[in-house]
Amino acid sequence: MSLTLPETELHNPQSARPPLDPHLKALENEAIHIFREVAGEFEKPVMLYSVGKDSSVLLHLARKAFYPGRIPFPLLHVNTGWKFAEMIAFRDEIVERYDLDLIEHINPRGAAENVTPFTHGSALYTDIMKTEGLRQALDAGGFDAAFGGARRDEEASRAKERIYSFRTPDHRWDPRNQRPELWNVYNGMIRKGESVRAFPLSNWTEVDIWRYIQAEEIPIVPLYFAADRPIVERDGMMILAEDPRLELQPGETKRQERIRFRTLGCFPLTGAIRSSATTLDDIITELETATVSERQGRAIDRDQSGSMEKKKREGYF
Amino acid sequence: MTVSASTGSQTTLHTAARTTGDIKAPTGNVTAFAGAEARAPRDSRPLRLITCGSVDDGKSTLIGRLLWDTKAVKEDQAATLARDSSGKQNDLGLPDFALLLDGLQAEREQGITIDVAYRYFATENRSFIVADTPGHEQYTRNMATGASTADLAILLVDARVGLLEQTRRHATIATLMGIRQFVLAVNKIDLTGYDRARFDAISHDFKELALSLGVRQVTAIPVSALKGENVVYDGRASMPWYEGPTLVEVLELATVRSGQTTGFRLPVQRVSRPGESFRGYQGTVAGGSVKPGDSVVVLPSGMVANVTKIVTFDLVRNAAVTGDAITLVLDRQVDVSRGDMIVAIDSQPQTGVAFDAQIVALQPDGIQPNKRYWLKSGSRRQRVSVEPVSQLDLKSGKWGPSDALSMNAIGKVHLAFDEQAMFDAYEQNRTTGAFILIDPDTNNTVAGGMITGKRSSLGGIHTDETRVLLSLPADLADRILASDLLAGRRDELEVRRISAARAQDLLDTLDG
Repeated sequence: MSLTLPETELHNPQSARPPLDPHLKALENEAIHIFREVAGEFEKPVMLYSVGKDSSVLLHLARKAFYPGRIPFPLLHVNTGWKFAEMIAFRDEIVERYDLDLIEHINPRGAAENVTPFTHGSALYTDIMKTEGLRQALDAGGFDAAFGGARRDEEASRAKERIYSFRTPDHRWDPRNQRPELWNVYNGMIRKGESVRAFPLSNWTEVDIWRYIQAEEIPIVPLYFAADRPIVERDGMMILAEDPRLELQPGETKRQERIRFRTLGCFPLTGAIRSSATTLDDIITELETATVSERQGRAIDRDQSGSMEKKKREGYF
Repeated sequence: MTVSASTGSQTTLHTAARTTGDIKAPTGNVTAFAGAEARAPRDSRPLRLITCGSVDDGKSTLIGRLLWDTKAVKEDQAATLARDSSGKQNDLGLPDFALLLDGLQAEREQGITIDVAYRYFATENRSFIVADTPGHEQYTRNMATGASTADLAILLVDARVGLLEQTRRHATIATLMGIRQFVLAVNKIDLTGYDRARFDAISHDFKELALSLGVRQVTAIPVSALKGENVVYDGRASMPWYEGPTLVEVLELATVRSGQTTGFRLPVQRVSRPGESFRGYQGTVAGGSVKPGDSVVVLPSGMVANVTKIVTFDLVRNAAVTGDAITLVLDRQVDVSRGDMIVAIDSQPQTGVAFDAQIVALQPDGIQPNKRYWLKSGSRRQRVSVEPVSQLDLKSGKWGPSDALSMNAIGKVHLAFDEQAMFDAYEQNRTTGAFILIDPDTNNTVAGGMITGKRSSLGGIHTDETRVLLSLPADLADRILASDLLAGRRDELEVRRISAARAQDLLDTLDG
């Protein structure tokens, strides 16, 4: 590949934007530093890409970190087969637009045994399709470092996670025995088979993510914006009723509601919120007055407190 | 004894009282501000802080209070909290904030904090990153970890108890790690009947302690974390005698770490070569600033070049400053690889194969004399052997001889490298003066370290060096001793307090 970069091309046409405020700039600098450090010291990194808002920010930061070069590692999407259709369409468009290398993995065992959130329950389904699927994909690729978009403000056990989070050869996390992490000096020394999960967004909060999306004009899945959409109510959650595989149960009815999603996962396990926020300004305003946390709409976190820690110990990211 | 925090400055907190469930609104007066609904642009970087104190001092309650009163805790989290803390609610009907912070199962089971947790909250004026670290002695290493990135330390004491040995220990560790701003939160002041004399006495003791460590920026605040007084909302109703700032007001005005007094430093993380015509050096500026046309030196090779471009995704910039993640383009072909440092030609770090440092031992095996470790600083990793020389007694604050360091020990060491190393003193640069030690047998991080200086010879004894004797008034000496520069090199000083007449006699003897 031969690439020439005349002076004028170094000017990004989008640079008419006002400069970032110092707070977001500091977070951006830290994330870029982490990306470069991992790319510099690991042999085979990969970036977990879940198509959500955090992944969109993560991808944007990766492009910035390695500019004017390409992102020097592939993206990995662990698909469950139950993502929102709009997420998959968005993903494919982004991969095309930014010329990315994307690996998609669906757990073949789960697919063969027809594991669904309806037949197996949310806990077992998540374990097989997400955690086991992720382990399979990481093993298949021989990756020694995996970037993730997790943030410490999301959940109690994540508040204790390092930026370089060490994993054993079977992908386990031992929260009692984490490596100390001082300054921004990261210890990337591992043995063969061991790996590190790296979290460039560790110090970002949900509001930071949205303000950065706004400031940098980062494309996101339209499901984050309010619109009239068909829903059914189930287990206290409003579930999007677009996918033909969603079978209505006795007593359930489909109806239109003005809704949006605060987080995006598998559609049967992700609850919508009533909202009229159709712009980023609206979303940020809504967020600043919100009285519940973003993971409130995620069924998999609800089982018990400490459930995220348990999943993480087993290799969930 | 307050920092320059003006109490007249307005905090722009929302005034709406929280009415969630049975959780009561804070009792203190609320400082209202007319413009609260307008979202002010944030004009400062996030402040990183560390909280030190034990469970008994109410540390978790204090942080919980900060998160709660700044609305960083949401209703569903509070509900989880209420469910988890059933039967453990305090007498005000508030949730057990400690459970909010102790996120690991083992911590909940044992009721103690075992690891550093990072927490986030924001006011209209600034955002904050809190490293919440355990107070127990055996977790000194976690405190050092949290302190390594902190700009400010909150030290918590129980108003009924006053300063403890542990307060000195925490203050000492925080100082060693480069923190120069302290807030003393005199908690549970409500349990003393808001005793002003008690508060003043504790504040006085702490000021003495801080001065002995060389820290001048100290603010003492009487606080009831449980009742939310002088944390986010003021406690004037209960303590009309206290006219100083609330805790959050002090935090909003604190400065982000200023320990980068060196010239331009760019530890190279990666060489970017997307095509034949482009070669850029990627890294985060760790000191000073740079602009096109500047002359730089590549270390350790010593080759000289000029900067032609500073490339970022957004635009080609005409300058970059400390903290910026950039790609630097030079005007000629020089050999640069990951781990090298590009520095200002007129202000270079020290290079050599022998340095002095202070380290904190982080693992059960401690630091073995003359064992060879990996040292990582910035993006550079190299072999080093470590010879412990002395150890700090955290009880007395005095250094004693030592040839091995056990876990949680703080020691002075000699570092000997196989190849050229380059560092600044930690007091001048908290990035290029900091390092970690990695055990090659386990790959674990076994120490955090701070460079104090280069050793001119392996013997390290400089009896022919020039020394200066000064005789000066005690108050002036105290102020000079409290400066950042001297604080970092206190062990190189000899200080005696004597009468002016005796000083005159001594100087006369010298002259004669």
